[in-house]
This record gives sequence, C-alpha cells and structure tokens, in this order.
Amino acid sequence: MTEPLLCLKDLSIAYRVGTHDTIAVEGATFDVQPGSIVGLVGESGCGKTTLARSLTRVLASNARIAGGQAVFCGEDIVGLSERAMNGLRWREIAFIPQSAMNSLDPVYTVGSQLAEVLIRRGGMGRRAARTRSEELFEWVGIETNRLGDYPHQFSGGMRQRVAIALALALDPKLIIADEPVTALDVIVQRQILDQLRELRERLGISVILVTHDISVVAYVCDRVVVMYAGRVVETGPMAATLTAPAHPYTMGLRNAFPDLASAAGELTPIEGSPPDLANPPPGCRFAPRCPFVEARCQTDVPVLQSYEGDHLAACHRIAEAETLRKRAMASETWEVPA
Amino acid sequence: MNDTDPPLVRLDAAELHFPIGGTLAQLRGSATVVKAVDGVTFELRRGESVGLLGESGCGKTSTGRMLVRLDKATGGRVEFDGEDVSTLTGAALKRFRSRVQLIFQNPFEALNPRFSIRDVLAEPLDNALIPKAEHEERILRAMALVKLGDAAQFMGRYPHQLSGGQLQRIVMARALILEPEFIVADEPVSMLDVSVRAGVLNVFREVRAKTGITAIYISHDLALVRYVCERTIVMYLGRIVEDGPTEDIVANPLHPYTQALVAAVPVPHPDQSHAPLPIGRGAPDPRNPPSGCTFRDRCPKAFDRCTVEAPSPTRIQNRIVHCHLFDLET
Repeated sequence: MTEPLLCLKDLSIAYRVGTHDTIAVEGATFDVQPGSIVGLVGESGCGKTTLARSLTRVLASNARIAGGQAVFCGEDIVGLSERAMNGLRWREIAFIPQSAMNSLDPVYTVGSQLAEVLIRRGGMGRRAARTRSEELFEWVGIETNRLGDYPHQFSGGMRQRVAIALALALDPKLIIADEPVTALDVIVQRQILDQLRELRERLGISVILVTHDISVVAYVCDRVVVMYAGRVVETGPMAATLTAPAHPYTMGLRNAFPDLASAAGELTPIEGSPPDLANPPPGCRFAPRCPFVEARCQTDVPVLQSYEGDHLAACHRIAEAETLRKRAMASETWEVPA
Repeated sequence: MNDTDPPLVRLDAAELHFPIGGTLAQLRGSATVVKAVDGVTFELRRGESVGLLGESGCGKTSTGRMLVRLDKATGGRVEFDGEDVSTLTGAALKRFRSRVQLIFQNPFEALNPRFSIRDVLAEPLDNALIPKAEHEERILRAMALVKLGDAAQFMGRYPHQLSGGQLQRIVMARALILEPEFIVADEPVSMLDVSVRAGVLNVFREVRAKTGITAIYISHDLALVRYVCERTIVMYLGRIVEDGPTEDIVANPLHPYTQALVAAVPVPHPDQSHAPLPIGRGAPDPRNPPSGCTFRDRCPKAFDRCTVEAPSPTRIQNRIVHCHLFDLET
C-alpha cells in the first residue's frame, strides 16, 4: 500500500461551552490514500463537519484541537502555525463548506472570485488567471462564457460546480467537501457526483466527502468512515462495510434507508436520538439505542479493532457480527419495548 | 371506496401563474408571467395516497398550495368534494380549512417557539370552536396516532426541547387533530436525520391505514414516495409528464424525464450503474420554457414535432404519459 496522503491519529476536538469543554470529536483515527474518495458518514451532531473543518483549521472560535495528530504528506498539521496553515489552504487542502452554493459573494462575478484566489493565493498574473479559470470551468462542465456572470444568475447545481472549481483552482491534493449534494435535486446530485468521480480519475486528487446519505457513499466512495456521537465506530472499504457492516449502528442505518433497487420493504428507524455530547453515556455511546446491548457496553468504551483486514469496528460484540447482522435485518429487533 | 365514487379532489387544467417584474415593467409592458403550474389535471379518489414528484421549480409545491387554497388558482378549476375551492368564502371556507390540512417541510420552523406542545395542539381546536372539555381527550388521541408514546411527558414542553423527529410528529398531530379528510405533506422528512426518517414515514403509513385519509406527498425523492404512495404523478416545469402506479413507474418509467429521474436515484449498494444519465445538462428555466414540449431541450429522444406541439395525455394501460413518442404509437 502506498503512503497515505492524510493520516489521522487519535484526533480530538473540543468546544468550549461556558466553563466546560464538550468533546465533539474523540480519538478519530483513519487514513486517506492518494486518489481515493472517503465518505465520512453520520447523523447531524456526530462531529463529521467539525472533523472536516479541523483539517483546514476553519473551526468556530470556541473550538480547538484537543489532542492527536493529523499527518498530511508526512507533516503533522495540528501543530502548524496559522501562517504555515495558510500556505496549505487552497494549495494543498481545499475545503468546500456546507451549502457552498450560498457562500459565493453576490456582488462579484464568479470569474472575479476565481481570479482572486488564483492571483492573491496562487501568485498568477491576470492573463494566466483567465486561462486557468477557463480551464477550471471546462473541468466542472460550465461554459466559459459564464465567467462574467454573477452568482444569482446560476442555478443551485451550477453554483455548486463553481464552488468545486474554486476548490480545484490551485491544484490541491485533497478536497474536503461538506455535504456537497445535500440540498440538490437527484438529477443535479448525480451530475455533481459524476463530476467528482471524473476529476478524481483525471487529476488523481483525494476527496473526503462528508454526508449523511449512504447511497451517496455507495455511489462514489472507495472507503467509508462511520461516526456516531463524536467517535469513529466503523471504517473500511466501501463495499465490505455496506454489505457486511460490523457495527450495529451501521446495520441500523442500512435498515432505515429506502432502496429503489429492491422490492419495497419496511423501513426500520433507530429509536431514540444521539446522546448529548456535553454529558455522554459512559461506555459505548450507541449503547442506549443498541438492540444488542450488554452489561459491558454500558461501562467499557469499545476500541476500533479489525473485523476483516482493514475493515474495523468499535463494538464489544464484533466477533458475533455475522449473527447480529442477521438479527438486525428483522424490524422487531429494533422495536423498543413499550 | 371504488371507481364509481366521485373523486374527493379534482384538478381540471389548473393554472397558477405569477406575474414577474415590478410596476415599472408592467407599465412598460415588459412584465411576463412564470407559469408555476400550467394546466394540471388529475383526480384523487377517497383514501388514495399520491406522490407529487419532481425537481425544485417543477410546480409540485405550488400545486400543493392550490389544493389547500394557500394560493388561488389563476386558471382552470380546483375542486374539493365537488365544490370549487377558489370561490369558497366565510363559513364555507372555514369548514374547508378544517377538512384539509398541510404538513410543513421544516418542523424546526413550523411551530411557535413560545407555545407549549399543549398550546400548539389546542390552537386548531380553538379555531374550530371545539368545546374546551373535549380538548384533552382529542390532544391525547392525536398524539397517540403519531406514536408520541408518553403524551403527558410532552404536553408541557416547548418545541426547542424536542428532537426533529418528535417535532415532525407534533406537526403531524396538529394537522390531524381536526380529523381532516385530505392532507398535503410537503417534503415532511427532508429536514430529518436518516435514522429517524423511517419512524416518521411509518407513522404516515399507519395514519393512512387507521383513518383512511386521502393524501398528497410532495417530494423529489422517488424512494420516499414509493414507501408511502401507491400512485405517483411526475411533474416537469409546471406540467404533468407521467401519472401511474408507483411500482410501475419505478420498474418501467415511460416518459424520458421519468427515466432519467429513476436512473438518478442513488441506491445504498456497492454495485450500481454509473452510466451517464439519459438527460441533457442545464436546468429548466421557468421564466422562459421551451416551445412545444417543455422537456425537449434536455430530452435525448426529442424530434421535430416536440418543438412545435405540446404533447397531450396518452393513456397506456393504467398510466397517463404526456409524450409524443407515445401518441405516435396509438
């Protein structure tokens, strides 16, 4: 296996709330290989966006990296000065924020917003920036004569493409995209995902794709990282993780998802809601909602361990995963005793 | 209910046109109209649950708003139980409002933050002049219907103390508390997390089974529509393109737009087709739709006739398709 592009080790991120720290991400550990698309999946409040933002250090003012490492191209970026970090942003790691399509400046043309990045950050001349802008627009499938248009003249999907073009501007090695297709219609969503796949093939970039939608993961990702209540609960190759999940949370997510490709069945919700991170349960954080909970789950924190090769899960009952998977298919399993 | 019963809801060439451009443009004569809904015709039988499917801007929400008379049709007819809803006034309108309800998309914004859950649910009862003595019982019944378990525990709480899934159940309880006959749900789970979505959809199914309510479910996601509706109407740029049983549409979409829409829905499986979508790039522009068939500029199968003539509905077995490919065959 080649050297990973990004290697997270025990990364923790805390928010200061009043006089207390709330740990939003705890001990996140996973790798991103060059040229791969990694899906970071979880519900709202599971820490996926916080984790994504921490990698370019665009966190809220009350948040800080509380521990661990994020090694990018052999260098730990956690300890980097703001100045050095600034050198990495756009050039090495680009970030597409959530609803990026609404983050374009309405009073400048999209061309001048691209030129700003290319000239100020990339040190290009005007003419070179213009040529590069046209190239970027071709890559993301927008006609180059629209560089002079303002953001409001584009549809939501087109604005999302502009945001991708901006992220690609300075040839980064890694793009972090936070819910890039969430607000879009299915057809536009598919076109944007196809674009990401094509750019990966053409440019060999890596992508961390933050999403709550496992169908999106199944469509574009090579690997998947499942987060629950601030912790990574399962990670592995996409196909193995989705077809044979080893963590009950991932099994539950799969049941909750409508599937157009198979017969119309029942959908089974995961009852309850994620824990309050200011006051998380001891032991496994999924324990209060888990149908397979045992005494030790309430007290001991499960660690990520290998289920099969590089498919890992943090569950005390990982050895029984196959049996649990069968039981998880039945909707009665997930019913809460009234 | 059977086929000979009169329909509960009937739209006949219903139109909802919005003028655009300010006063100045109108004086200058350069103002135009956006045809949000442009000649939509369908009927709903009692107890039917129908999905309105399409991209943003296709007119599905506008159609829903006309059905509950949040907007008055600017043309054609919208009938509820045999009456033209756009002419309703006074007591008749008030009665209509208690028979027809809307479930909103965003439960986080649909409830007054200063109202306790009890107040939220009592408000429609007050509006409908239901005696106070009956309130408690009806509130409890509505909360049981949406499976909010321990109702007493929620009564005194405020919206910010509830999770998204619980809030959406309250929004549904509020819509159902007057025991309406017809309900329009506008993307009711799009703001919810996946793990709780299924719970709300299951409530929707159970409510239908228990009350026999007639429902319209508005969504852009065919996988969700399929879960709660046995019939689907697909819209594109203000017009219907296909109308038929949901399972048939999923298995064998006929209209080229429906084909693209079905192919675009991602599925949670590792092995799935990555073939390019059979649809042209670009987005529909409601201010300036193409002549003839409004889908023709993105349609891979468009031919000369599509430019000059809007397709009329063609019945193919139990489906209605608006496409020249099919009126040629018949």
